[in-house]
Amino acid sequence: MSESILSLSGVSANIDQYHILHGVDLEVPAGELTVLLGRNGAGKSTTLRTIMGLTTVTGGSVRFRGDDITGQPTPRIARKGIAFVPESMGIFSLLTVRENMILAAVSGPMDEQRLNWIFDLFPPLKKFWNRPAGNLSGGQKQMLAIARAVIEPRELLLVDEPTKGLAPAIINDLAGAFEQLKEQRVSILLVEQNFNFSRRLGQSVAVMNDGAVVYSGQMAELADNEELQHDLLGLGLGAHQ
Amino acid sequence: MSAHDELIEPRPQGALGRFRAFREERPHLFLLVLMMLVAFFMMDPRTWVVLTISGLAMGAMVFLMASGMTLTFGLMNVLNLAHGAFISLGAFAGATVLVHWLNGQAGEASVWANLAAVLPALGFALVVAGLIGLLFERLVIKPVYGDHLKQILVTVGGSIILMELIQVVWGPNEIPVPRPETLTGAFLIPESLPVIGGVALEKYRLVAVILGLAVYGLMTWVIERTRTGVLIRAGVEDREMVEVHGYRIRLLFLGVFVAGSALAGLGGAMWAMYREIITAHMGDELMISVIVVIILGGLGSIKGCFYGAVLVGLINLYVGYLEPRLAAVATVGLMVGVLMWRPQGLIPVIKV
Repeated sequence: MSESILSLSGVSANIDQYHILHGVDLEVPAGELTVLLGRNGAGKSTTLRTIMGLTTVTGGSVRFRGDDITGQPTPRIARKGIAFVPESMGIFSLLTVRENMILAAVSGPMDEQRLNWIFDLFPPLKKFWNRPAGNLSGGQKQMLAIARAVIEPRELLLVDEPTKGLAPAIINDLAGAFEQLKEQRVSILLVEQNFNFSRRLGQSVAVMNDGAVVYSGQMAELADNEELQHDLLGLGLGAHQ
Repeated sequence: MSAHDELIEPRPQGALGRFRAFREERPHLFLLVLMMLVAFFMMDPRTWVVLTISGLAMGAMVFLMASGMTLTFGLMNVLNLAHGAFISLGAFAGATVLVHWLNGQAGEASVWANLAAVLPALGFALVVAGLIGLLFERLVIKPVYGDHLKQILVTVGGSIILMELIQVVWGPNEIPVPRPETLTGAFLIPESLPVIGGVALEKYRLVAVILGLAVYGLMTWVIERTRTGVLIRAGVEDREMVEVHGYRIRLLFLGVFVAGSALAGLGGAMWAMYREIITAHMGDELMISVIVVIILGGLGSIKGCFYGAVLVGLINLYVGYLEPRLAAVATVGLMVGVLMWRPQGLIPVIKV
């Protein structure tokens, strides 16, 4: 396993008065795609939000490239090169597709070449460039959400359930996009419920249950070991396939 | 992706269909046209022209005062009930320049001399209200983010303090603010013109309309065309995602708050010259119109605020002419009517 770009050790976090994470230990290897699996309510999304500084951390530490970023304000964490695509996608629906992208290109005008690469990945974005993003379909919104995250080179992408509620054809398009990002050696932490999608893309994997990481290792190992899958992911796994 | 590739909107069929579509898609224009038409058939055309221009002038000034508050609420969900104090502050700052510092220029009968008094007066009102706005945000608003009840209590308190401070600095009495020489009086439309010939249009009202339109144009440009505008609109919709992209929304908000306070000050100074008399509590009286305008227009929407202000200005003048006793009721009545039709306001920004 290569060196970690992000490491969480013993992270506990609250949302309002609820204690959601109970000592999460997680290593995200640099230049790899790591999948975070687990049942609904296991704390996967909260883990991503905690990395972005969007929850109240009550214990432990989050280190990014060796720097302690625990409890830092969200904008500062983002400026370090971490992009976050939440489960809700967080599209600005009243802004046009173009304006959404302008906003995401934090350091100035968009790079022409990179934009063309994004248009090749997600052609609908070019087509609806000057339309309000609220008019896009669910799949197109997800494309826009990921496009925003990669309009500038980032160190780490945090993506929360990109396949949720999407048609299989679109899921396939998204998988293709992630394949390309993997080739570029972008570090990605992907929360997923869709095990097929995860198995296809993931290099390393971590499984969460009840606010803590209960397993971490290589995706290939988990994919080959049905008993382990059954233990970790329970009967729910079958339903995801 | 076949079904998603085209975003086809069915075109409305027939005159009635198109009318319905216009009513639903452009409720602000629909209401404006409706109001002006109804008024047109209820009075003499000359009176109508005078009242319409006056209504637009009042609307333009109310827009200046309200625009800041709608953005503050839309962007940060902050209820600033001290906004009226900034209107008063601007009025007194402007009056100080006109009455004390540049009295000579204001009294001369030359356009240029008058401009040399009016522009510094407006500029000073803008700067004073903006600077006090900066202090106010840091000291009063910042500790109460996210709590409406505290915001109401603290800003009402802040408002009382600001208005008392105005009385400490400028004294407890009303201050007369004579209009600069060239802005008094009226233009006479030549008798030879049909229908509206012979109508007298007050110069100052025309100036107010022009200035209001200019500020509206400038604000629309900033909001629609610049990166800052993209950030403001994005922030009104989803603050958290703006932060996730690496922008410090607090800083953006501070900028908007200062600009909003400064515009309230500008509106106050304009109002001072319009009414030619000012009191420390004039802001409180105007706050009713301001609040009606921002609710009517849709919280957080500049365009909605502009049309809301124009509608409030017009209905005030029309009803004030037709039935003076109902003038005060008309403004609130308009708001109630619009909210029953469109609970989220004319041009909603925040999804309810």
